[in-house]
Amino acid sequence: MMKILVTVKEVATVEDEFEIEGTSIADQYLGSDLNEWDDYAVEEAVQLQEAGLADEVVTVTIGPEDCEQTIRQALAKGADRAIRVWDDALEDVDVLDVGAKTDILGAVVEAEDPDLVLTGVQSGDDSWGATGVALAEDLGFEWAAVVNHLEHDLEDGVASVRRELEGGVEELTDVGLPAVLTIQTGINEPRYASLRGIRQAQRKPLDVQGLDDLGVDAAAVEGAVTLTDMYEPESESDVTVWEGGAEDAAGQLAELLREKGVAP
Amino acid sequence: MSDVLAITDHRRGELRDVSYEIITAGRDLADETGGDLHLAVISGTVDEFAEKLDREGVDAIHTVDYGEEFNHGVYTQTITQLYDELAPQYVLAPNSVNGLDYAPAVANELDLPIVTDAVGLETDGDTLGVTREMFGGKVETATELEGDAVVTIRSAEWPAAEGTGDATIEAFDVEIDEDALGSTVTGFEEVGGGDVDISEADVLVSVGRGIEEEDNIPIIEELADALDATISSSRPIVDNGWLPKNRQVGQSGKVVTPDVYIAIGISGAVQHVAGMKGSDTIVAINTDPNAPIMDIADYAIHDDLFDVIPALTEEFQ
Repeated sequence: MMKILVTVKEVATVEDEFEIEGTSIADQYLGSDLNEWDDYAVEEAVQLQEAGLADEVVTVTIGPEDCEQTIRQALAKGADRAIRVWDDALEDVDVLDVGAKTDILGAVVEAEDPDLVLTGVQSGDDSWGATGVALAEDLGFEWAAVVNHLEHDLEDGVASVRRELEGGVEELTDVGLPAVLTIQTGINEPRYASLRGIRQAQRKPLDVQGLDDLGVDAAAVEGAVTLTDMYEPESESDVTVWEGGAEDAAGQLAELLREKGVAP
Repeated sequence: MSDVLAITDHRRGELRDVSYEIITAGRDLADETGGDLHLAVISGTVDEFAEKLDREGVDAIHTVDYGEEFNHGVYTQTITQLYDELAPQYVLAPNSVNGLDYAPAVANELDLPIVTDAVGLETDGDTLGVTREMFGGKVETATELEGDAVVTIRSAEWPAAEGTGDATIEAFDVEIDEDALGSTVTGFEEVGGGDVDISEADVLVSVGRGIEEEDNIPIIEELADALDATISSSRPIVDNGWLPKNRQVGQSGKVVTPDVYIAIGISGAVQHVAGMKGSDTIVAINTDPNAPIMDIADYAIHDDLFDVIPALTEEFQ
């Protein structure tokens, strides 16, 4: 039987209208959510467990206490227990870059010793899209990036996957285990947590670990990348905005379509 | 120590456009560092590819004739060995699905920082400045790092290199450890076929996340019927199973260039825009005036699609 580790990130979300303060979005315009891609990764792991192919699903999250609500969401959807990594040394880190995340998650994987690690393809806020593959290389695991189908048999220590390439082409690949797969949206239909699941999640173990516990050097997480500016991108188009309410605007659009000769 | 090594991208016998764009990005950096621009061409018909890639600004092309199709293990081993041989300051790779399948492994193996999905690059020879987006394109950020680095670049951000170059083309003598290749490509499949080809349509009525529920799709169908137009969609609609894969516009779906593209409740993530920015006229209907789709739209309506669409349908009934 297999053990599956799923990386779960709480991402920052931004309202439609927002303001930038320095190199970040002003707090009052920020929300938080379970990273969309990780939601699919959790679902895939839970489905493997339900299919009898895995006996334990563990989540790991790097983040402060505030994100425990998001972690409980993953537990409510069926993960068995969770690990949250946080440390004073992480409070002041400006950009937690791919190398830093790889060091931290690598230490957790080594301690947990899973057969399969599922990560999201990317996170919705900083979108590095690189941590899963870097993690695999670091651990000596095999890997596949941008997986949108996983055969649920995993026989002979091989995962048969489809990688979603550009332009509607999928690559069929056999990946030896242990492996890290980065999971693309659409691979499954993430469930909503049931009321029973939500109640159970409150009692599931959520273990908090610091960098010392994991044997990770605080200097290693400072990262090599610094953020020096944040701004709204310049608009490249001179868009004509039709105002005056929905009906007027619809009328203007209808007129345009007739002018172009593409509407009856 | 000031050279740039750029990795080219090909698939099923064809070089991908980003391979010519990465020459431009690499040349710009090499001009600042005062170094040479090296290209690596790995697997496939490398001699034919190398000839095509010998464009203005390329100093050397290193070919590795090993296997036909992409294998991330072969790429990772080759690039780390090229890095040891050439000692470049920067390694550039495409931010493609395959680029993201080896570049992070190369960076980790070489103990170099990696910055992905760059849309702008500059260097003074020591500090590398990378422009990239956050929050799905809502903001751009400037990031900096010192020393050697691996960077993946977004496609269609740099112009393709042109002209004919006089690069040295040499086979690189790589040693591939076959026991370390833990994955095997067993085939390819075209998805998204079927009865409709959205890339043939003159008018596309394209629906996104703003439609909220599957039960609301019929209002889009009614509009398409009234206009005699074809329905397409952004990724989340297909992910949710509300429309089939052959309706998906974007990087992983179809590239479309209709006379009129009506984007309804579509925010305009870069992966979507890549598939429709060549449309003649783009109309965006979205309550968020800051949505990235507004940057490429010709006309915009900032009202609620649930008010606009029925009114528009009525115009043609």
